[in-house]
Amino acid sequence: MSRIVVVTSGKGGVGKTTTSAAFATGLALKGYKTAVIDFDVGLRNLDLIMGCERRVVYDFINVISGEANIKQALIKDKRSDNLFILPASQTRDKDALTQEGVEQVLKDLTDDGFDFIICDSPAGIERGAALAMHFADDAVIVTNPEVSSVRDSDRILGLLQSRTRKAERGESIREHLLITRYSPARVASGDMLAMEDILEILAVPLIGVIPESGSVLQASNSGVPVIIDKESTAGQAYDDFVRRFLGETVPHRFLEVEKKGLFKRLFGG
Amino acid sequence: MGIFDYFRTPKPNTAQVAKERLQILIAHERVDRSGPDFLPKLRNDIMEVIRKYVQIDEKDVNVQIGKMDDYDVLELNVTLPERIPHSGRTPS
Repeated sequence: MSRIVVVTSGKGGVGKTTTSAAFATGLALKGYKTAVIDFDVGLRNLDLIMGCERRVVYDFINVISGEANIKQALIKDKRSDNLFILPASQTRDKDALTQEGVEQVLKDLTDDGFDFIICDSPAGIERGAALAMHFADDAVIVTNPEVSSVRDSDRILGLLQSRTRKAERGESIREHLLITRYSPARVASGDMLAMEDILEILAVPLIGVIPESGSVLQASNSGVPVIIDKESTAGQAYDDFVRRFLGETVPHRFLEVEKKGLFKRLFGG
Repeated sequence: MGIFDYFRTPKPNTAQVAKERLQILIAHERVDRSGPDFLPKLRNDIMEVIRKYVQIDEKDVNVQIGKMDDYDVLELNVTLPERIPHSGRTPS
């Protein structure tokens, strides 16, 4: 059986696609056969973050409508033989995304022996987001330390607990909170919600904290998932997150302000 | 932070403000979510009735379902403005 994981948040721009790309790549590099699906019909972007935008031939909607089979549409990643990307449709009508269609694609991938299927949810709570979470076993809720993101995450938690297949069956989805764009310096100065505050408000188990890092933009600029960048704090934090997801106990890092030298402390920088 | 920053007046801790606002808001939204579907509508109807007599704000009406052992209780809490205009005669 494949384990289906939705990466969701409600709010846009918090790092769902960045997280999906890093997460799927991390799982694949650890030897798991992984598929990552872009559910954002009309606003395809996962292909760009994964660096395979020029290799898109068929998409998710083509498969659902029977114009291509799943094997034709899956793009094999350049970095790992275990990783496959299913891009969203860029032009088609959103109504083409149906629950039966999504279920069939997930079943095909399961039959194909995938260990993990990562569903990159669009922002909002409309059809794409609802279907991305519907069949999930696990949910990674991506949250920024910022009021609107925390509020939207709580709304999404409500939907995960009521509108999904697991909820309909009286079971529950495993929820994992991933805080992204975290800045320990701004937390220390009282300008940013602390990790502990977000945990207290949302009451969801924490699976990782990704520090604010310039390397995330550099990675997306070049179409390389940031987890590949082993030098960067964000890349390392994503790797910790993947290991925790796989059941390892890994202490959280990058939660404290980096110590500055005397020179920097006196003159800024 | 440079050396001159130490002489500035300390900034307010806005993160604390954010946390308190979120705690209140999310508690409210969770109640709306967990309650029966008619709760928001009931709240509006109650507010309309009260407004026939006293001007109140939306935030002054709090409707929720409280859980007791084996039954639910409809909790209705209305905060009236400090002084309600009297129409009757004041005692001399």
